[in-house]
Amino acid sequence: METVIEANNLHKTYRMGEVDVHALNGVSFTVNRGEVMSIIGPSGSGKSTLMNILGCLDIPTEGEYILDGENVSHLNDDQLAVIRNKKIGFVFQRFNLLGRITALSNVELPMRYAGVTTDRTERAKRALEAVGLGDRMYHLPSEMSGGQQQRVAVARALVNDPAIILADEPTGNLDTRSGEEIMELILSLNKERGTTIIIVTHDPRIAARTERVIRVRDGMLEEVEA
Amino acid sequence: MNLMQQVIEAFSSLATNKLRSGLTMLGIIIGVAAVIAMLAIGNGAQASITDQINSIGSNLIFVRSGGEEDVKNPRPLTRRDAEAIADVSQAPSVSAVTAVISNPFTIIYSRESTNSSVLGVSANYIDVHNLTLAEGEFIDETHELGRSAVAVLGSEPAEKLFGRTENIVGETVRINGITFRVIGVLKSRGGSAMMSMDNRVMIPITTGQTRLFSRKNADEVDQIQVQAVSSELVNQAADEVSIILQMRHNTRIGEDDFTIVKQQDMLDMASSVTGIMTIFLGGIGGISLLVGGIGIMNIMLVSVTERTREIGLRKALGARRRDILLQFMLESLTLSVSGGAIGVLLAWIIATIVDVIATNSGMALHPVMGMDAILLATVFSLVIGLFFGMYPANRAAVLAPVEALRSE
Repeated sequence: METVIEANNLHKTYRMGEVDVHALNGVSFTVNRGEVMSIIGPSGSGKSTLMNILGCLDIPTEGEYILDGENVSHLNDDQLAVIRNKKIGFVFQRFNLLGRITALSNVELPMRYAGVTTDRTERAKRALEAVGLGDRMYHLPSEMSGGQQQRVAVARALVNDPAIILADEPTGNLDTRSGEEIMELILSLNKERGTTIIIVTHDPRIAARTERVIRVRDGMLEEVEA
Repeated sequence: MNLMQQVIEAFSSLATNKLRSGLTMLGIIIGVAAVIAMLAIGNGAQASITDQINSIGSNLIFVRSGGEEDVKNPRPLTRRDAEAIADVSQAPSVSAVTAVISNPFTIIYSRESTNSSVLGVSANYIDVHNLTLAEGEFIDETHELGRSAVAVLGSEPAEKLFGRTENIVGETVRINGITFRVIGVLKSRGGSAMMSMDNRVMIPITTGQTRLFSRKNADEVDQIQVQAVSSELVNQAADEVSIILQMRHNTRIGEDDFTIVKQQDMLDMASSVTGIMTIFLGGIGGISLLVGGIGIMNIMLVSVTERTREIGLRKALGARRRDILLQFMLESLTLSVSGGAIGVLLAWIIATIVDVIATNSGMALHPVMGMDAILLATVFSLVIGLFFGMYPANRAAVLAPVEALRSE
């Protein structure tokens, strides 16, 4: 199996006033292409820190993070932005759609930062159709239900054909039924496209639906049998 | 990313907060309008003053008594001094000379009266000042020798006393109890209320000296006005006049008891005065433009704070620093440049209104809205947008995505 994520001895230390806080204390693991994995752990465990580093929103203080064959541990802001744009699709708990623009424009956004100009709108339309929103393309986020908004976010995450989709509590702001539908959608992406998926959650029922579960506790990892 | 699309996005982003964007823009609109309108009015004032000085007649040199500093035993200028300057062999660069003595008086015709400058002048006065008669004739040597009680009216007293500027010759007016026969009326020269060339009455200088004006010395005059042969010879003519007067007045070297003012000096002085006025007015406008710029910075900072989450999201999706920088710079530039454009329009309206008001009240003030002022204001508003947008945009660009996404 091909490795898409390789984390070697990741450390992250924050300075809070006078004290150093060790959010990550030597985390190592690998993820294969096409895997569906969840990361669980109580708040304060370092789960969010790990997610930020995996999402290239932050860099580790120590250790190596190799994403899709590229060592991204020491990249600067703009280099990380390019990596995020190409290799990572984000799905956030609070959808994070831009309210002023249509669903279609929201999905186009990552391609605009990638410099795609030619078939941008076509690709965005196809992504929206793939998440079942072919008839809502020109709606504003405020004109859609929470489940529909999260679908737009999923379309936005997959439109640049990323190496991994990183979902941070994707069902946290949804009712049970919509949450179920979103989970179905995310899992189906893996089945149909073979996309690697990492779900960060504190909900054991969500975690139970993934092949592999990693638990973070006190900045360290433990593998949980599925 | 496509720049045009970015600009459209900046507009739509500003449009979501119409009132706020409008008020912010208002600062720039008022600033730009103030700068351009003030410069236009200043330039108009300068042009009108220059015109008026030029309309006095070209190549003119004015001599008045009194030196620049205190001189012992100064002598007044006299009619004989004027005659000496008129001597072609002594002053070849001088083409015409007139002595002038003047005071304001009330001019009376039947029941009408008006206040006007009464000037005692020589026959040459009409040539020195390039005046044109509407009717009749000007004062000549016979009138001078005979100390005749004759007067030439400017167009303004003619209009006020008679209600017309024609068919006045032969009428009589009374000045200080003396009856003068009108022998001519001058054509109007225009000019503002401030420096009217038309509100004057001319009488022979000899008549004035003996019957109307009282001066210490019998032959004393207030001014000698000299016309040089050409504008190139003005300086030479001034030198000749100066040498003649130094000899006649027996002055010590460096202690002239008279002062020579060339028309160019007056022009220079006037344009330096109006120049200062223009800078002053423009400066006031500039300050309001600066305040407008601070308004932009203020509102952009608020906007960055409000949209921290949006910035975080854009960065998560792959926006680089320069993408965010460009986005916010474009918003502040959109504010300042559209404000500038509207400001130019407003300035044009103000200038037009001032022009209309000035014309209706008979003032010769025509605001001149030059291309340079418009360009200046456009560049200024661009620079304001860049300068005051830079700091907020940079704040947005360097936000850490993790922090930004976490914000409420």
